[in-house]
Amino acid sequence: MPNMSMTKNPMPMQDALTRSKNFNEVTYGYSEETALLEAERCLNCKNPLCVSGCPVNISIPEFISRIKEKDYNGAYEVISKSSALPAVCGRVCPQESQCEAKCVRGIKGEPVGIGRLERFVADYHNNLNIDVKKPVSNGHKVAVVGSGPSGLTCAGDLAKKGYEVSIYEALHKAGGVLVYGIPEFRLPKSIVQKEVDNLIALGVTINTNVIIGKTLTVDELLEEYEAVYIGSGAGLPSFMGIPGESLNGVYSANEFLTRSNLMKAYKDNPETPIMKGGNVAVVGGGNVAMDAARTALRLGAKHVYIIYRRSMEELPARKEEVEHAIEEGIDFKLLNNPVEIIAYNNQDDPKDPKNGYVKGIRCIKMELGEPDENGRRRPVEIAGSEFEMDVDCVIMAIGTTPNPLIKSTTEGLEVTRKGGIIVDESGKTSKDRVYAGGDAVTGAATVISAMGAGKIAAKSIDEYLNN
Amino acid sequence: MYKIIKKEVLNPTVTRMLILAPLIASKAKAGQFIILRVNEDGERIPLTIAGSNPIDGSVEIIFQIVGSTTLELNQKNEGDYIEDFAGPLGMPTKVEGLKKVCVVGGGVGCAIALPVARALHDLGCEVTSIIGFRNKDLLILEKEFNEVSNNLIVMSDDGSYGRKGNVTLPLKELLEKGEKFDKVITIGPLIMMKYVVLTCKEFNMPVDVSMNPIMIDGTGMCGCCRLTLNIDGKKVTKFACVDGPDFDGYEVDFDEAMARNKMYASFERHKYEETCNLLKEAK
Repeated sequence: MPNMSMTKNPMPMQDALTRSKNFNEVTYGYSEETALLEAERCLNCKNPLCVSGCPVNISIPEFISRIKEKDYNGAYEVISKSSALPAVCGRVCPQESQCEAKCVRGIKGEPVGIGRLERFVADYHNNLNIDVKKPVSNGHKVAVVGSGPSGLTCAGDLAKKGYEVSIYEALHKAGGVLVYGIPEFRLPKSIVQKEVDNLIALGVTINTNVIIGKTLTVDELLEEYEAVYIGSGAGLPSFMGIPGESLNGVYSANEFLTRSNLMKAYKDNPETPIMKGGNVAVVGGGNVAMDAARTALRLGAKHVYIIYRRSMEELPARKEEVEHAIEEGIDFKLLNNPVEIIAYNNQDDPKDPKNGYVKGIRCIKMELGEPDENGRRRPVEIAGSEFEMDVDCVIMAIGTTPNPLIKSTTEGLEVTRKGGIIVDESGKTSKDRVYAGGDAVTGAATVISAMGAGKIAAKSIDEYLNN
Repeated sequence: MYKIIKKEVLNPTVTRMLILAPLIASKAKAGQFIILRVNEDGERIPLTIAGSNPIDGSVEIIFQIVGSTTLELNQKNEGDYIEDFAGPLGMPTKVEGLKKVCVVGGGVGCAIALPVARALHDLGCEVTSIIGFRNKDLLILEKEFNEVSNNLIVMSDDGSYGRKGNVTLPLKELLEKGEKFDKVITIGPLIMMKYVVLTCKEFNMPVDVSMNPIMIDGTGMCGCCRLTLNIDGKKVTKFACVDGPDFDGYEVDFDEAMARNKMYASFERHKYEETCNLLKEAK
């Protein structure tokens, strides 16, 4: 008999007050007992809509059936056929708008906790510490640019088939956005490291501190490798173009999160500085905005605002992150848009050390007007509704633009007007033997879609080199 | 890990090192920089490349001990290793097509001005170099500048070596005398570059400046190194790591750049003192 409970089994987690002061993972994951209860909520539909909601089409009812049989390794194998990073995706995928959005149990009540079950299976498997064996080489050499979710996936899929894969990473540590962007409390770095270690065990070489486009060009890689996959991720942060954005105390979310995550500024007595404490305003409504706001809180901010120009309904962030942020006391200033960041300026003392730092932010209230071309209601300013808030730090989390380093040094690589690399449905670029995927192609998107692109390209590269 | 193959003390606060990094050495051009970390968990700092040798694979850096990271770097000796060394980053200085250039360097900025002067000299350009220091003890690279300059003017703030005064003094005299350079290229402290630009402006002389903002990744990801340019009356945000580090001096908002460079001044001072004390205790 299926479990007909209308609600998902809750995930055990740190209480909001405790976790808002530490960087440990917020949720603990299902116990075996809870996972079995939750698995029983799946009706094993003949026509499973959840699978069509998954960007990489994981056979969801199949892996959940394995859980029901307590065959957790079997469940892991089912997921592995479609996903390279289940422990990551179980944690960071926006399930509510993908697989779980399509679940029939969601029509009356809550959908099956697919993401939570995926995480359970992945963590169970990872805790077994099964030795990864290096496959026999097929003699083909492939280079992968970037070690984020897309590059790791592409490298892993190819390595399992016997390809000799070398990853080139610009930073000093592998993992890309999983390391510099997503905070520890949402995705423990040990999980990313495990994925990286598995790749190394598969025989993948990781070259850190190599910036493709500068240290080596794509053309030089093509001399040594038969194919190149570019998964270099998103690039420069966008700013609003309002007065005061260069004041001390204004960060891009990329910078703020990189300082805290990659450079470990969250630790006691760090080598890399970051502003801690005071009042913080984060501008934007995506996952990156939530991550920045909750990081600021954990670093000791007194009060953290999210300033977003639309309403709660349009907030693009993963639902669970918004809920967690609200529980932790993040103050959502919805239907507001910044118009100016105000500087501290002590007229009486030009040597006042606070001069030139952020003192406040001026916003204007918004209302929702007609839907735009994407069907989202357009925010419209309400005339005369400007107001000021006292803040010491402003974090801009309003997206990124593609990095110029590769396109400017790679002849024959076509990019869109915005700078994203152009690829066909197989991940192939306009340049022979060069493939691309992830944010470098789409602009800022999700971990799972970047991973999916890495898988598609790995398949295309394999087909190309085997013909 | 990257090996230090040579270390030389240039003056009490400035050190020259050759780092073994063949990939970078084969690509580096004047004006580009590297990012390094001395130790695991250390800070990432940018340093402009002072020279490179594609044959032996060495990259030359010259740094001033100003903070805890440079202090730790200075503790390393020949044969030791540093954790990370990545580059070459940024756009090379534009030297092609120039026939007559005045290179103005200040303090440790002269270490970066030298490869530019050398590149110009190697292209057959007539180079006037003006280099300035606070005093005689801080003088560096005079001999090297002499080798690549048609005319070298050395200045010191206190008159203890060369002429007394700022670098703008001889620059202004030359321009007043009617010297016509294709361009002035200046590298040094922000306040010095600001005044070099103001001097050039009086004479409508084009001037490029080399910016050195705070950076983290240095590859066009974090946006920390942004600066504001005034281009035809419009304010434009640029990123020193990918758009620079060289910019048209007329366009740079120096006051903003100076304020931004002080963002972590108190943290850095504290960290520096802490590292000094640790080193003293270790002794």
